Amino acid sequence: MANKFLHAIYDDDDKLMDAVKYLKKEGVYIEDVFTPFPVHGLDHILKLEPTRLAITAFIYGCVGLAFGILMINYIMIVDWPQNIGGKPSFSLIENIPAFVPVIFELTVFFTAHLMVITFYLRSRLWPFKKAENPIPETTDDKFLIQIPISNNEKDLKAKINKTDIFKIDIVENKNE
Amino acid sequence: MFKLTKKIKIFSFSLIIIGLLGIAFGFYSAPSNIEESKEMVASHDHDYEHSSDHDKSSQYYNKYESKEGGGHMSHDEHVYHQLANRPWAALYVAAFFFFMISLGTLAFYAIQRASQSGWSPVLFRVMEGITAYLLPGGLILLLILLLSVFHLNHLFIWMDPEVVEYDKIIKAKSGYLEPYFFLIRAVIYLSGWYLYRYLSRKFSLLQDKSNDNNYHIKNFKLAAGFLVFFLVTESMMSWDWIMSIDPHWFSTLFGWYVFASMAVSGITTIALISIYLKSNGYLPNVNDNHLHDLGKFMFGFSVFWTYLWFSQFMLIWYSNIPEEVVYFISRIEDYTIPFWGMVVINFILPFLLLVSSSLKRVNWILVMAGIVILVGHYMDVFNMIMPSAVGDQWFIGIPEISSIMFFAGLFIYIVFSSLEKAPLEVKGDPFNEESKKFIYPF
Repeated sequence: MANKFLHAIYDDDDKLMDAVKYLKKEGVYIEDVFTPFPVHGLDHILKLEPTRLAITAFIYGCVGLAFGILMINYIMIVDWPQNIGGKPSFSLIENIPAFVPVIFELTVFFTAHLMVITFYLRSRLWPFKKAENPIPETTDDKFLIQIPISNNEKDLKAKINKTDIFKIDIVENKNE
Repeated sequence: MFKLTKKIKIFSFSLIIIGLLGIAFGFYSAPSNIEESKEMVASHDHDYEHSSDHDKSSQYYNKYESKEGGGHMSHDEHVYHQLANRPWAALYVAAFFFFMISLGTLAFYAIQRASQSGWSPVLFRVMEGITAYLLPGGLILLLILLLSVFHLNHLFIWMDPEVVEYDKIIKAKSGYLEPYFFLIRAVIYLSGWYLYRYLSRKFSLLQDKSNDNNYHIKNFKLAAGFLVFFLVTESMMSWDWIMSIDPHWFSTLFGWYVFASMAVSGITTIALISIYLKSNGYLPNVNDNHLHDLGKFMFGFSVFWTYLWFSQFMLIWYSNIPEEVVYFISRIEDYTIPFWGMVVINFILPFLLLVSSSLKRVNWILVMAGIVILVGHYMDVFNMIMPSAVGDQWFIGIPEISSIMFFAGLFIYIVFSSLEKAPLEVKGDPFNEESKKFIYPF
């Protein structure tokens, strides 16, 4: 495991994209890229697996839908049937139009909240978590490529200097 | 350049001819007097209980008559009018449906122009081709409306002075629902829409040859102006041409509801024609990314349509005010399958087919969802017009299907012969390069 890293810092997402494409072509191993916002197309170049968050969203929506139907059925039909607007039919299916807004909102509620929680868990984010990005500027206006160094520092620097670089930093791994 | 193939010509002409024959048969087989209609009804339902059902449901339509005019129209006479209306209504539904596709496309095209979208210029010529149907389709509609005004058909009962006389509610609306004023309004809408279509097409062709962005800017301003005109006239058109068939009933979001149907059918047709042209080797610049965007619009407008349909339905269902709720009672009782089936094929099927990002990039899924959406929105127009025009005497038979075939043939022929007239690629549009390079971050 390398304990020395090269941080190539860029000040524009287009420059970063060009640099990543160039470095990939040169066969440089890129460990990670930190950006202040999602850069479209970067995941394709880095060959990251597509996110499965959308699939979980659909599942959470189905859970919300089922929960909504069961809840409204228990509240309005089973436990305490009420005559609202002269529609006392005491049957879920005959009253369903009135319940659709509630069921819809619960579907949205479940999808949204469970997706946020899933996203935080998947990104290993929780309260008081120490930031993982190497420099705070990557949450502001800088883009950073992290490359592990074994003993090819000179060669790497030469290649990176060919790209539209803003700054190069060499850092030791602090965890050791 | 696209060439109109013999295959398309033969296909569209045979659709037109078979459709015409069927339409003629529909008019021929409609009853010409009360006796004939009685015979037809008797031969249709032998069992007595069924026909007493008819009596019950036609009370919804007859209600005002029995209240105001002491029931001056008998049940048999009423059924006769419904049966005589059927070929007209079938023709009108299909005419409106195909006209609506080209009008929806025109609105979508104007939105692309006004928002200066970067993704869509590669599809401009397809949209312009579809809107070529606006003028012929509009003229046919105008002709049907003209025939209504001159009492050759009875689609709009408020045009009958005898009905208006006995009917307090229609009488109160007679300032607006006045046959000649109605025709003048129709001419204003159609000429306004056609003027935009004519000018924008002209500027679009001129932009191809020009060196600056002058015509692009003109098109941008024109589109913005048109959208203002369209939103007002589209709403009024939906009251005039559809809602007034039920002159007692009204819904304040009806214009939007019709617009949602219009937009989704238009966008679906753009997608289907683009896929067809692409599979024949045209439109090299249109790729999965553009079709993905069209798929998202199809999905989005299907959901939007459902939202408006449900908003209209739930409020009226819940409040249960007799004047309003007859509209849905007649549909639920006499049109159970088309009414609920339409919700399934306009919402649940497109939702499940198009919800996934990767499925939207599969062409045959888009085609399947597109066919489902077009069938569903034909059913939607059917449900808007038929219950008021023919009551429970509906059936999807020869008059309906041949009307669809006739207008489909006409639509295909006009759209494809218009696609032939200009290169399928726009050249001078400043967003053309962006559109070619467009990649959906998927």
